[in-house]
Amino acid sequence: MQVIMAQALLGLNVGVFYAMLSLGLAVIFGLLNIINFAHGAMYMLGAFIALIGYSLLEQWFGISLQIGFWASLLVAPVIVGILGVLIERLMLKRLYELDHIYGLLLTFGITLILQGLFANYFNVSGTPYPGQPEALSGVVNLGFMYFPTYRLFAIVFSLVVCFATWWAIEHTKLGSRLRAGVENPDLTQAFGLNVPLMVTLTFAFGAGLAGLAGVLAAPIYSVSPLMGADLIIVVFAVVVIGGMGSIMGAILSGLALGLVEGLTKVFYPPAASTVIFFLMVLVLLFRPAGLFGKEK
Amino acid sequence: MTNRILFIIMLVAGLTAPLFAYPVFVMDLLCFALFACAFNLLLGYAGLLSFGHAAFFGGAAYITGYVTKEWGFSPLLGILAGAGFATVLGAAFGFLAIRRQGIYFAMVTLALAQIIYFLALQMPFTGGENGLQGIPRGNLFGLIDLNNSLAMYYFVFAIFLIGFGIIYRTINSPFGEVLQAIRENESRALSLGYDVDHFKLLAFVISATLAGLAGATKAIIFQFAALTSAHWQTSGEVILMTLVGGLGTIFGPVVGAITVGALSHELSAYGSWVQVILGTIFVVCVMVFRRGIIGELQRLVSRKRG
Repeated sequence: MQVIMAQALLGLNVGVFYAMLSLGLAVIFGLLNIINFAHGAMYMLGAFIALIGYSLLEQWFGISLQIGFWASLLVAPVIVGILGVLIERLMLKRLYELDHIYGLLLTFGITLILQGLFANYFNVSGTPYPGQPEALSGVVNLGFMYFPTYRLFAIVFSLVVCFATWWAIEHTKLGSRLRAGVENPDLTQAFGLNVPLMVTLTFAFGAGLAGLAGVLAAPIYSVSPLMGADLIIVVFAVVVIGGMGSIMGAILSGLALGLVEGLTKVFYPPAASTVIFFLMVLVLLFRPAGLFGKEK
Repeated sequence: MTNRILFIIMLVAGLTAPLFAYPVFVMDLLCFALFACAFNLLLGYAGLLSFGHAAFFGGAAYITGYVTKEWGFSPLLGILAGAGFATVLGAAFGFLAIRRQGIYFAMVTLALAQIIYFLALQMPFTGGENGLQGIPRGNLFGLIDLNNSLAMYYFVFAIFLIGFGIIYRTINSPFGEVLQAIRENESRALSLGYDVDHFKLLAFVISATLAGLAGATKAIIFQFAALTSAHWQTSGEVILMTLVGGLGTIFGPVVGAITVGALSHELSAYGSWVQVILGTIFVVCVMVFRRGIIGELQRLVSRKRG
């Protein structure tokens, strides 16, 4: 029983990353109709910004400013978000008129560039992130088991971010404008709302979410150029299972599939890396639009 | 007319290539060219972006390697077994993937291909990270020794020509016309009474089979089935080749495969910079060079005439 609970918690730990990443994808997809293939690379970038800011800034650039973990949680998403703005303004913007696959292909190219750049300087097997704060070291007693404090923090923090995003989109004025922009961009624009700006900021926000997830992942999985590469494909499967229709769908299916993966590790370990893909096959057979998706 | 000239150039270049280039390298290019042509049949003519074609390419390589090495299949029979496996896999993947459209289709194929990648990594017969090694080249029809690199080369060139011929016939047939109609306007094709899903699935299976043929041949050439050929980055590379050469043109993928293949070969000393450069080419192609080399060439020719 303890093993199951432990794996369930670890699975939830993976699940919050799936949720954050598929949430970011869903937000971007909702407004731009583009699947951001570079989402995994942006997650990786977030982790690297934390690593570089903490230990390599001085060594590389002679800047004696150490960016700690807490500051990274702010700095990394902002930098990745700015990169998102540049990508959207300079490149994606020119592709909206075309078939959506060009957006996918463009972001795939960007993925190769980012991965290649980091693979040149860093070991692909990963560099441990040394900046995990003192306050989050050690373990907490949950009553039935001991669980690493940092992992618990990562779960709670990501859940807060995910649900705050959901609340902002579903229950605030800004969110309702965004949804209007998705429903009918021309009409929304006619009401005097700046839809292109909303699109840019949304892309930046989605990218920032990926960067934030990267910072959170750094102390757990260590930082490697390929950390986003295989993860993003799992997240794609999560998205297909959840269906891209709703924000809540992205969050819930991300969490649930992390749990499923964690539990598979207990009962049949060899299938742990593929169980999500098999679930995707099942969902495609019986509910092609996804669990939360709407049939178009 | 242009196509006929290009075909003659390709034939002459293919027949004489071993005289001035390293045969194994040219064989590698031919495999990728066939792979790209197969992929182009799907994206260029049916408008379906599969991001999982490495599964057919790599999967077939493993099957071919296994049956020739462990069961003593002859190379030709081994290659057919690999391509046959890709056919079955293509039917299964296609059946699932055509339930979703556009970018969803791409994501589904990508995720399905990842299953094959993990199987190639975990199954007992695949050699895990080391790949399947020591695949024998054997004899063709029990007569021609394929360890002779020239014999092997012309065997591969023949396979390439057959695959290319099948694609050419497919595109220039009523079936190919329907595919293009689906690409241009799916709902119109549907309203004209065509069973769109049926056509899409068939195109997917043909494309998967020929991609498998290319991967199977590669396993015999290099006597090796590698994990990288089943990785999603290989699926990306074949897209890049097609895009560089010219999407939806008959010779584009061949030109693209040679260009990208030669480039990767030249740059292989620079480690991960290859990825950066390929990524940059990708971005440039998508942004400003969407027609690709052959596409731009055709436009120039037709402009001169017009």
